[in-house]
Amino acid sequence: MSADFLYMIEVVINGLMAGVLYALVALGFVLIYKASGIFNYAQGVMALFGALTLVGIMEGQVPFAHIINATFGTDLHQFGWTVPALLAILLTVGVMILLAWMVHTFVFRHLVGQEPIILFMATIGLAYFLEGIGDLMWGSDIKTLDVGIPQGGSLWVENLSSGLGGEDFYGFFIDKLDITASVVAILLVAGLIAFAQYTKQGRAMRAVADDHQAALSVGISLNFIWVLVWSLAGMVALVAGIMWGAKSGVQFSLSLIALKALPVLMLGGFTSIPGAIVGGLIIGVGEKLFEYTIGPMIGGATENWFAYVLALLFLVFRPQGLFGERIIERV
Amino acid sequence: MLYREAGDFKTTYAADSQTFPIRSDRWRYFAVLAIAWGVIPFVIDDYWANAILVPFLIYSIAAIGLNILTGYCGQVSLGTGGFMAVGAYSVYKLMTMFPEVSIVVHVILAGGITALVGTAFGLPSLRIKGFYLAVATLAAQFFLVWLFNKVGWFYNYSASGQISAPERFVAGVAVTGANTAPWAQYLICLAFVTVCAIVARNLTRGSVGRKWMAIRDMDIAAEIIGVNPLTAKLSAFAVSSFFIGISGALFFAVYLGAVEVGEAFGIQKSFLVLFMCIIGGLGSIFGSFAGAAFLVLLPVALKVLGVDLLGWPSSTVAHLQLVAVGALIMFFLIKEPHGLAQLWRVTKEKLRLWPFPY
Amino acid sequence: MKDQVEPHVTADGRRIGGVLMDLRGITLRFGGVEAIKNISFDIREGEIRAIIGPNGAGKSSMLNVISGFYHPQDGEVWFRGAKRPAMKPFQVARLGIARTFQNIALFDGMSVLDNIMTGRLTHMKTGLLSQMVWAGPAAREEAENRAVVERIIDFLEIQAIRKTPVGRLPYGLKKRVELARALAAEPKLLLLDEPMAGMNVEEKEDMSRFILDVNDEFGTTIALIEHDMGVVMDLSDRVVVMDYGRKIGDGTPAEIRANQEVIDAYLGVAHD
Repeated sequence: MSADFLYMIEVVINGLMAGVLYALVALGFVLIYKASGIFNYAQGVMALFGALTLVGIMEGQVPFAHIINATFGTDLHQFGWTVPALLAILLTVGVMILLAWMVHTFVFRHLVGQEPIILFMATIGLAYFLEGIGDLMWGSDIKTLDVGIPQGGSLWVENLSSGLGGEDFYGFFIDKLDITASVVAILLVAGLIAFAQYTKQGRAMRAVADDHQAALSVGISLNFIWVLVWSLAGMVALVAGIMWGAKSGVQFSLSLIALKALPVLMLGGFTSIPGAIVGGLIIGVGEKLFEYTIGPMIGGATENWFAYVLALLFLVFRPQGLFGERIIERV
Repeated sequence: MLYREAGDFKTTYAADSQTFPIRSDRWRYFAVLAIAWGVIPFVIDDYWANAILVPFLIYSIAAIGLNILTGYCGQVSLGTGGFMAVGAYSVYKLMTMFPEVSIVVHVILAGGITALVGTAFGLPSLRIKGFYLAVATLAAQFFLVWLFNKVGWFYNYSASGQISAPERFVAGVAVTGANTAPWAQYLICLAFVTVCAIVARNLTRGSVGRKWMAIRDMDIAAEIIGVNPLTAKLSAFAVSSFFIGISGALFFAVYLGAVEVGEAFGIQKSFLVLFMCIIGGLGSIFGSFAGAAFLVLLPVALKVLGVDLLGWPSSTVAHLQLVAVGALIMFFLIKEPHGLAQLWRVTKEKLRLWPFPY
Repeated sequence: MKDQVEPHVTADGRRIGGVLMDLRGITLRFGGVEAIKNISFDIREGEIRAIIGPNGAGKSSMLNVISGFYHPQDGEVWFRGAKRPAMKPFQVARLGIARTFQNIALFDGMSVLDNIMTGRLTHMKTGLLSQMVWAGPAAREEAENRAVVERIIDFLEIQAIRKTPVGRLPYGLKKRVELARALAAEPKLLLLDEPMAGMNVEEKEDMSRFILDVNDEFGTTIALIEHDMGVVMDLSDRVVVMDYGRKIGDGTPAEIRANQEVIDAYLGVAHD
């Protein structure tokens, strides 16, 4: 095997790893969309908010320190303690559930029955709101997040593969973090599917996704289910936030990366969990391969737009996505 | 009886379909025009021009443009920033390639070029709808910004990657470049705003506007009563992009003077203009002005309040601004989906009956 | 072959002309389901033609085929003596075929007047540039078409709600506005999909009167779907009966009343 070909494979593998993270964010979209018809643009910002909160709790930061200090003339920054990662994650999960409840109670409960596009625009408002709140609470400087996930290239993979391509090839370089992220993502998806299939709440959730009216008529509380899916989406966002955050720091661009979940959904269809995963992998691999092969010819940084243009072209030819059902229009 | 329509009878259909059918509205409209043209240019100073009036006017054009597409034709676009960039880079290329031609012509041509680009990116709207389309327009946003960033021809291979507007004159007065007087900046923008608003109003009250609104309200029914969705949607994209291109051109040439594409025309700009339409009122020309005014004034007000009065750091105030804008968007969508324009209409209804409650 | 009725004048003095629309062997499938099975019938100039049948018989699908919204897999649609090629709905509208909908399809964000004005769109020709300026052709065209619309508003007695947003109207009035919009197109063929569904007796009487007046005064050919048998038998010149996508009867109301297959379909005799 030639070295070029092997490097191509490495690009594909790294693309798959990135795709797993896209898929993770996209999964949060699918959860909320299926249960409530809301296309949650704020999913990416929720990932950012989750990661910010986690860092803040771990490092014992004082929330809203800037405002408090400016108003009262104090000089608060830290509580002076640090919280172990696991406990901090649990606390952050609590915050995400609280957030889910607030988002539902104060915003979307009042928008039930509105047109999808109105709901969509409301989530853009939510994204702004959350981003601002996150920055106000924890400050907008770039933070490093270390919850103990191993990082750096995996020597094991590198050594194992280095013999494949002759002298020019030094083995695959794959970040341990990416491997961890993939494993976590797979576990998360498996857990969600098990939850949806085997628990009472999961069944209720699927019932609501199928038909609101029918679900109501058998005594399922829509409000409860909606808070539940927002909470689940919040947790998925938190996981995605931890992975991205550990990889490239917790900062605003995280929510932009998470925007890539949108084209992922365009490919995979809004209602399909397998679609979200396959779509994520296609986008991840596609943009890395495009950047590797065509990118250098046209100036690079094609990852900024490749996913969107791909999704756009795809939509023009197959508007319902890969796994979506074809819609017959009626009058 | 501050505001009344009794005794104001219409004898022709033309009189009935005019822009301001009620007499006192008409008077107010002329008063606003008179102040904008006759008073403000003589009293304007640098702070008012740069912080409030010029951005307000330019964003008004962009908001009118997006409102035609989103508010009247129902096609949500998140590509406004990208289209403004097309306007800006078009006017830059035209200004540097044909320095002898008037800047006014350049700005209009830049609008035309943007209309072509916008129409091309509007093509998918024939197949996809709603937020599918919204996300598809993100492709325009990211691709266009990348294009202007990477291809040197667009910024004349300048070392900084920025474009900066050379000095240009209208009737012997500098309107672009470093030596432009605030009143000249203001007047050229006001001229474009006035024409754009009148054109937008004319388009939305006639058969073209009805086609757009029919597509917005129920596209299938619209097609069955004889609206060609292809031409209706694409004409909305073209007209909308034309306005947005003009605003982008003015934003660069008259207001900022020099821009870096990712900073000036990033996705935040797309959202800003969309928010202007939502807060001002979707499907209303007046709402476009109201929304633009509101979102131009909000940061200024917050800065005065937070930084100058309370002494908060300006970064905190910037974050607070995000919170405020986000909260306002959600508030308006819940309480008043038709925005400030609807609040204004309701107030007028009340005034019409005043002092009687019913 | 079908019977060739010569143009004639009815007892109440209306002129029934030649064949306006001829549907030949229409078959429409959705996936594996045949919604319409090889149906042929014609509609004559100036007549009121009813399509009736139990729920799910394929009546609305038939109307959708006529208005170009569905494209049949088999069969031909002849209109005004020429075979109609496969067309988009808006092209069909431009031929002079207007319709109303079973579930009201008005433009909720617009006023009654604007809604009815949309019916004139196929008659309004001024372009974008002319409308930008508004003075001249665009304004003149607007006024001329407004005059046509005002006549229809008078005719349907909805002057008082002209400027009301349609979203605020009660159901019966919405139906009337929808009829007004279809009439505004001055169609050669008017399709009415259950014009009286969900109405009370008075509203039905009003609507029947309007339908008869439209047919009488403008000579408009009307094809309508309706469930109220009394109304259908009173209004229509000829009736097509559909059941499970097949045509089971075609003729004058008197003939239909006597048709055993139709009686069976309505009384629910088991299908083998």
